[in-house]
Amino acid sequence: MSTASSVPEVVVTGLGATTPLGGDVASTWEGMLAGRSGIRRIDDDEHEWVTRHNLPVKIAAPMAVSPTDVLPRVQARRLDRCEQVALVAAKEAWEQAGLGEKGEQVDPVRLAVVIGTGIGGAVTLLDQDDLLETGGLRKVSPLTVPMLMPNGPAAWVGIEYGAQGGVHAPVSACASGAEALAWALRLLRGGDVDVVIAGGAEACITGITVAGFVQARTLSQRNDEPERASRPFDVDRDGFVLGEGAGIMVLERAEFAAARGATVHGRLAGAGITSDAYHITGPEPEGLGQSRAITAALRSAGLEPSDIGHVNCHATSTVAGDVGETRAVRKALGDHPVLTAPKGALGHMVGAAGAVESILTLLSIKEGIIPATLNLEKLDPGVELDVVAGEPRKVDLQAAVCDSFGFGGHNTAVAFTKV
Amino acid sequence: MADNAEILSGLAEIVEEVAGIDTADVTADKNFVDDLDIDSLSMVEIAVQAEDKFGVKIPDDQLAELKTVGDAVDYIAKNQ
Repeated sequence: MSTASSVPEVVVTGLGATTPLGGDVASTWEGMLAGRSGIRRIDDDEHEWVTRHNLPVKIAAPMAVSPTDVLPRVQARRLDRCEQVALVAAKEAWEQAGLGEKGEQVDPVRLAVVIGTGIGGAVTLLDQDDLLETGGLRKVSPLTVPMLMPNGPAAWVGIEYGAQGGVHAPVSACASGAEALAWALRLLRGGDVDVVIAGGAEACITGITVAGFVQARTLSQRNDEPERASRPFDVDRDGFVLGEGAGIMVLERAEFAAARGATVHGRLAGAGITSDAYHITGPEPEGLGQSRAITAALRSAGLEPSDIGHVNCHATSTVAGDVGETRAVRKALGDHPVLTAPKGALGHMVGAAGAVESILTLLSIKEGIIPATLNLEKLDPGVELDVVAGEPRKVDLQAAVCDSFGFGGHNTAVAFTKV
Repeated sequence: MADNAEILSGLAEIVEEVAGIDTADVTADKNFVDDLDIDSLSMVEIAVQAEDKFGVKIPDDQLAELKTVGDAVDYIAKNQ
């Protein structure tokens, strides 16, 4: 495999996640390999709005472990849920990277944060608006703005770990988490910083978001079989299932990681970002922008299409999106990569999806196993590629790509390689 | 009408709820900022909760003058 030797290498030294399958990376990965679903009925007391508004969608993929069960109470009450999950996942990643106390292993001015979100603190906005309407000005929290701002997850993580080298928050809908990794790669290659805490966070399972996605005709209504509702690439798919959570990676310049003796899990080898300029929600049907993103990721990584053994797909289980993506993969890479689509198990974690799925992609390379696409029973005939279904598949992988696309025509592809 | 001991006890409960400081540490001599590490956002929350609990008004210019827990207790006792 060719490598772009003049470009500084970037490695992954820490992984953190909280997802519908588990409160950390290990339980999420175990759930993926075991073929478990994180999707369930939500017409309960906690989500009373489902019944009150008689919403046609009564399923979602809430996190397996509530962040308020993990964070100290006083810290949690100052944060929107999307900020809470960012801190939970960042803590796991930071501790795994062995970076110690703030400022201990990395100079704060050489540490940056890039954490994206699709929606941000929408739940806070709604709650505080209710308080303004019912109780007047005095009932509105002074923390309203820092809780709802979409840079909140990145800003809080930056404060927690003392990052003074820049804190950024890409907002590109469902591509946000992957785009954060792409921007982090650019920061590290540019030499501005030595370490970046990067990823995505989302927690927007609430009445208005579900209603909005329903009206856009994007959600599955398979309420009677929640665990079978998200079925990427299957002929009977009828939309995605809204999820929530966070995924965070600690990324470092390889020289810096080596100098401090860090354990390396893989290499973030390249990333490509493109845009469709086509339609605000619908993907360009031939997948041209998506294909260009994959090609750009390969070019950035110094890899050839033949090097890529696996694609972790964005495939959300919508009728139009899944097949279009396979066209993009074929165009950019050919028909040899083995595909999987984790949203069958995790639902769609929106701004966190690309980051969590990048973690799964990296683990597939590291451990030589690709989780199956849950609920893929009859492959859509438009998908002329090899998709893992039924059982996980053991494959020796040197390089893999993770796709992430978002409303707005955002396309990001991220390439990882084995160390 | 609450007496000073009741006000201190009630105020300590609010400070514990908002800032997570043990009620036993919320004593009259403590400075909100220097001793209890309470930021300006949390001070607004504490003031709003104290207004509700003790039936007083704490305008912003007064709030800025309440440097210690004892200052707040005295202000509430006088104005409730």
